[in-house]
Amino acid sequence: MQEYLLLLVATAVVNNVVLVKFLGLCPFMGTSNKVDTAIGMGMATTFVLTLSAVLAWAIESFLLVPFELAFLRTLTFILVIAAVVQFTEMAVRRISPVLYQTLGIFLPLITTNCAVLGVALLNVQEGHTFVESMLYGFGSALGFSVILVVFAGLRERLALAEVPAAFAGAPIGFVTAGLLSLAFMGFAGMSAG
Amino acid sequence: MLTAVGSLAMLGVTFGTLLGIASRYLRVDENPLEAELEALLPGSQCGQCGFAGCKQAASALAAGQAKPTLCPPGGRALAAALAERLGVSVDLSDTEELEPEVAFVNEDICIGCMRCLQDCSSDALVGGPKQIHTVITDICHGCGKCAKVCPTEAIEMRPVPITLANWHWHKPDPRQYMN
Repeated sequence: MQEYLLLLVATAVVNNVVLVKFLGLCPFMGTSNKVDTAIGMGMATTFVLTLSAVLAWAIESFLLVPFELAFLRTLTFILVIAAVVQFTEMAVRRISPVLYQTLGIFLPLITTNCAVLGVALLNVQEGHTFVESMLYGFGSALGFSVILVVFAGLRERLALAEVPAAFAGAPIGFVTAGLLSLAFMGFAGMSAG
Repeated sequence: MLTAVGSLAMLGVTFGTLLGIASRYLRVDENPLEAELEALLPGSQCGQCGFAGCKQAASALAAGQAKPTLCPPGGRALAAALAERLGVSVDLSDTEELEPEVAFVNEDICIGCMRCLQDCSSDALVGGPKQIHTVITDICHGCGKCAKVCPTEAIEMRPVPITLANWHWHKPDPRQYMN
């Protein structure tokens, strides 16, 4: 039990998928203008990431390994992710049309969010079991969502701050992201994993 | 080889079936009138009506929050078509029939700031930073957004120049044969 908890914390905070592994930076910069959008995007990505990590594990263990099809790994994982994203898009559209409007193109773009494919592939690389894969996916998604919301909060404040003209807009966003990343690098000493 | 093709095909079919079933249960009922109105509108998303795009304009029309005369590029013909579809009467006397126009860049004043490129709704403007921009008249649909953002007023809207490709005979004027 303790082992699983450690894995969850390690993936969510110490090896944060955005700030330490630098995966999924596009939605991180793109959908962090408002906290509401960030929460919606975080939830959608959490759903996709967890489900696709589990499905990818299942396909890897029951299809790719027994039939020696490891060379099809990337292809099948992308197929799985695309299907899950399609499903999420339908669900979001049904549940919250407003969120569907605000997320816009970033919702189908979860398909190409490298964090999603990255986590599925890392699961294979690390030889995780079913529960570990699920926790790894969920932990990464949790880390992604938390960082997205934190960063959106920072950017909402930044929008009101007086920023030198040369840094206004995206540049100050990048600088803030860099500083946030530096802060998260400080967790590196906390875990061996 | 066969296992690879077979298993990928099987995965595709499985996901396709599941998504097909899901789309039945998660169907969003859209107003069919909105889709019809959107099809009537030009679809160039120019924003001259005050809405973000043609889809938003169509939903406002369907909800009765906008007049059928809202679309300047559509002119009278579109206003009449929209009014007929919505079953309302419309006064066409105050809508002026606009001549088709395209943007024109005055190269003496253009400073190459690239602002017009970012606002162009049909990617009809070309140019690089600090290079004189120009308009591809075949693509320009004359929404006039670029003329509004140009800081040096180098862009103006001009009537579509008559070339061999778009010239045609004038329609016969019946008054000419009356007496």
